[in-house]
Amino acid sequence: MSAFYGSSIRSSWWLWSRLSWFFLYSNMVTALRTQKEVPISYDFLHDTAGFNLGESAIAFTCTDPIHRAMLVGLLNTFKVSITGIALATLLGTFIGVMRLSTNFLVSKIAWAYINVFRNIPPLLLLIFWYRAVFLKLPRVQEAIVFFDPVFPIYIANRGLFFPWGTPTESWSTYRWILLAGFVLAVFVAYRLRQHGKRTGRMPLVSLWFAVILLVVTLLGYVILPDPLEITKPALKGFNIRGGATLSLEFWGLLFVLVIYAAAYIAEAVRAGILSVDRGQREAARALGFSSFNIMRLIILPQAIRVVVPPLISYAIGFTKNTSLGLAIGYTDFFAITGGLILNNTGRAVETLTIILLVYLTISLIASLILNMYNRRIMLSH
Amino acid sequence: MRLLRPNLTLRRRMALPVAPVTDPQTNVLPPAREGNTALRWIKENLFSSLFDSVLTIISLLFLFFALRLALDWVFNLAQWDVITENINILMKGAYPSDQVWRIWLGLYLLGAIVGINLRAWNRELNRTTIAIAAIPLILALLPFASENARINLIIIQVTSAAAYLLTSILGDKRRRQLAAVMSILYIPVFILLLEGFTDEDGIMPLVKSDLWGGLLLSVLLATVGIIFSLPLGIVLALGRRSRQPAISALCITYIEVVRGVPLISILFMGNIMLQLFMPQSLPPIDRVVRVMMAITLFTAAYMAEIVRGGLQAIPKGQYDAAYALGFSGLKSMRVIILPQALRIVIPVIVSQFIGLLLDTTLVALVGLFDLLGIGQAILSNPNWLGRSQEVYVFIGLIYWILATSMAFASQRLEKNLGVGRNYDESQ
Amino acid sequence: MNRNSAPARTEDPIIICRDVQKWFGKYHALKGISMEVMPQEVIVIFGPSGSGKSTFIRTINRLEAHQSGQIIVDGIELTHDVRNIERVRMETGMVFQQFNLFPHLTVMQNITYAPMYNRKWHRSKAEKVAMELLERVGIPEQAEKYPAQLSGGQQQRVAIARALAMQPKMMLFDEPTSALDPEMIKEVLDVMIELAQSGMTMIVITHEMGFARAVADRLFFFDEGLVVESGTPDELFNFPKEERSKQFLAQILSH
Ligand SMILES: Nc1ncnc2c1ncn2[C@@H]1O[C@H](COP(=O)(O)OP(=O)(O)OP(=O)(O)O)[C@@H](O)[C@H]1O
Ligand SMILES: [Mg+2]
Repeated sequence: MSAFYGSSIRSSWWLWSRLSWFFLYSNMVTALRTQKEVPISYDFLHDTAGFNLGESAIAFTCTDPIHRAMLVGLLNTFKVSITGIALATLLGTFIGVMRLSTNFLVSKIAWAYINVFRNIPPLLLLIFWYRAVFLKLPRVQEAIVFFDPVFPIYIANRGLFFPWGTPTESWSTYRWILLAGFVLAVFVAYRLRQHGKRTGRMPLVSLWFAVILLVVTLLGYVILPDPLEITKPALKGFNIRGGATLSLEFWGLLFVLVIYAAAYIAEAVRAGILSVDRGQREAARALGFSSFNIMRLIILPQAIRVVVPPLISYAIGFTKNTSLGLAIGYTDFFAITGGLILNNTGRAVETLTIILLVYLTISLIASLILNMYNRRIMLSH
Repeated sequence: MRLLRPNLTLRRRMALPVAPVTDPQTNVLPPAREGNTALRWIKENLFSSLFDSVLTIISLLFLFFALRLALDWVFNLAQWDVITENINILMKGAYPSDQVWRIWLGLYLLGAIVGINLRAWNRELNRTTIAIAAIPLILALLPFASENARINLIIIQVTSAAAYLLTSILGDKRRRQLAAVMSILYIPVFILLLEGFTDEDGIMPLVKSDLWGGLLLSVLLATVGIIFSLPLGIVLALGRRSRQPAISALCITYIEVVRGVPLISILFMGNIMLQLFMPQSLPPIDRVVRVMMAITLFTAAYMAEIVRGGLQAIPKGQYDAAYALGFSGLKSMRVIILPQALRIVIPVIVSQFIGLLLDTTLVALVGLFDLLGIGQAILSNPNWLGRSQEVYVFIGLIYWILATSMAFASQRLEKNLGVGRNYDESQ
Repeated sequence: MNRNSAPARTEDPIIICRDVQKWFGKYHALKGISMEVMPQEVIVIFGPSGSGKSTFIRTINRLEAHQSGQIIVDGIELTHDVRNIERVRMETGMVFQQFNLFPHLTVMQNITYAPMYNRKWHRSKAEKVAMELLERVGIPEQAEKYPAQLSGGQQQRVAIARALAMQPKMMLFDEPTSALDPEMIKEVLDVMIELAQSGMTMIVITHEMGFARAVADRLFFFDEGLVVESGTPDELFNFPKEERSKQFLAQILSH
């Protein structure tokens, strides 16, 4: 690709683009001067918000400043996206593997799932589930209850209610036990890895890690006098008391974005596994590997390289899609900033600039991770 | 290690029985697993092992209950009058009924253009192209189409066939020219038809775009978005690989910023801020046009990446050959490289179009009455309280049918015409 | 063990195939192949494309399951029993036309993984053996590279080393040189000739008749899922009996 643009074209284009930007900019400045008579300024971020937020991970009242409201929104966005991406990855992997099943029906059910959820607008899905299903759930008094005496989960049109623990006196001791368990698990995992490197046979490190963590958690819980006091939700008059609640908006948004993203992830997982050449499996079989080891040592390491890059971009997409929460009143970052704050203050240019910058930062960080990953893979190729 | 063989000639020749040579003709044994092929298929694909059988049974149970639930809902619980009563609004929004003939006229034209294009780009008719050509007829046969719609759909079909036949008179090259020119002109003509240009009592009174809605608006937004973003995307893609750092930085920034933020924020910006970038002297742009511009600007960034992918797929030898033949930089791009690159990316553009069609539902959030927006509007009418399931399922079905049929058609065309591949691969 | 010492010990065949048949759906790919291979014997199989050569050689380590007949490898009959199959696979090395090296592992890891995981060797032993093998196939300096960084001939030599690292009793080669450029074929054939001379039992599908002449004990000509003719290189090259073998040999020997 040498000498692609002639120099005259190059300079005229440059001039043109400068001129056009200047044109747009000067239009904006005049418009702002004549119409609104408010200069661009970000001081309003320190004004009091003047609205309350139901869904908040940190304390927030209407006297808090606007920038804190934005932070609340950002945290809500992360709350949905982080849980959602994890769940969607699990579900998507499951469906992707189903799609590859040699069982005709299983494979076709997965195919239908992927096909349906990729070809329906996610916003429609969201509104459908929220308006036509979730809001039609019974009232609190007639809530649907699962696993009643042991682990009661109430589902009603006001949210999802489930048992939750509140720390008791022994909680502080229990915390130390958990920490110790974690340290132990890390230590054992490290030693196992070293051992694996020395002998050449890598044990199932993450399995051991999980088992140790689980055992310590359970043991500590049994030994101590109840570090958490479990409160179960129960119907009291017109309300459900006790336990914890997930708002209908939160789990509506989570549910829809997860089933939607899982369809894409399933395709990525399927493509990743299929991308590993048939000969790889055959060569491994010819060398006498067991089918578990073929999967663990030969197929998965190669498939993961193909799956991770699209997975990261779906994760970015998921985070961007949380902005659909606006449609059902979930107060994510976009709904708060582009909705509430923009309406209350009328500061269009400022709020939209902040929105662009925030989303841009998120995607830039994600692409950075992606690039790092790709570079690492390049190195080992 | 083992001993070396001392000497090749000293190797022991083992007197082994020579394998019996059987004659292939007389040795036609039946397949090991004979019997009913259907039964065998079932055994191999559904009950090949215990685990497999368990999976099959679980799947069957799941399908049974899901189907029963769905069928029960569709035939017993759902009240479909909300759809049949509102089908016109769902299709065209608040577009005045006495002016609907203009939409139909536009669709006749569309039929003609499809006919011309099928004749121009296809050597012979195959099943796929016939299926595409017969869409109006298929629609006319659908159960809930009104008398009026049926007649119009049949007219479209006739126009399409007539255009196909008339185009046959022309030579190969002329056909393609005609097809290209007509296709490019179509969108402006159609918009002009919709918008109207005479005063109140003229033949085509102005219909403000605020009144456009329903499926009409959704498809229009997606189409306009794809068509206008293509040139913009090409410019951005070329700019991105420009050797002038300022230009490439500008293009990269634009592409990455737009791709990094959600569509809804671009729509908000378009709705609120586009006005700010326009000269004060011009009248305010109306909402539909603002949204169209926002969608175009949004799609352009994605289109730029698609075009870039196409450009990257062109082997370097093509550039070298073009320069060696004396083409200038820009000319080689226009005549040699871009046509190949665009041909490769046609399927990707189609899937971008499908994605965009699904994404246009977001315009309901900025107050436009696209298919979803109209659905919401219908549901806010107290007469139709509690019919949300029916309305949303119907809308979802329309999107699903549009999206899957387009994806299917694109796949078939890819196979039949070899678009989406390099020339040398497709031959 | 000196094979020239008379009298010759009566040895049992290491591979016994009796009337092996195989169908792909309705397609009858193997129509009854019988063959016995003695230890240290070198067998060359050749024949037209689609004649079932690969299918046959793959039934020997059960990459394909045969559907009738009997296959006994190293005293173990191949049945549905998975443990038997893994034992047989550890005793039979296989080299593929497309190399099938593991692209995400270094050359060293490619060679050592199977002995470490399947023979439970310690890493130090596996690496020592791997280095010896890499020297034997002539590329000790490539140990830490990834397969993609090697030439085709080098990759195939790594694949041979990988199979040998399991210290198999016999080796199967499925057209090991036909994906290689002409100048690389020789380096792979040299390794194979050396291997044959060292006493390895080998079944080789190849059309390199120079190789067959040099080291093969017996040749088998396959056509349409059958062994049409078999015999020593002398017999087949100089006095082919069947019309089809004559024609085929004339074709491949002419260039
Ligand atoms: N997995 C399979 N499914 C269906 N048919 C197969 C399969 N594998 C091989 N065949 C068919 O079996 C026949 C024998 O194939 P095989 O690969 O053994 O031939 P070959 O002699 O090795 O030929 P080549 O020299 O081309 O490698 C061919 O007609 C092939 O199409
Ligand atoms: Mg073969």
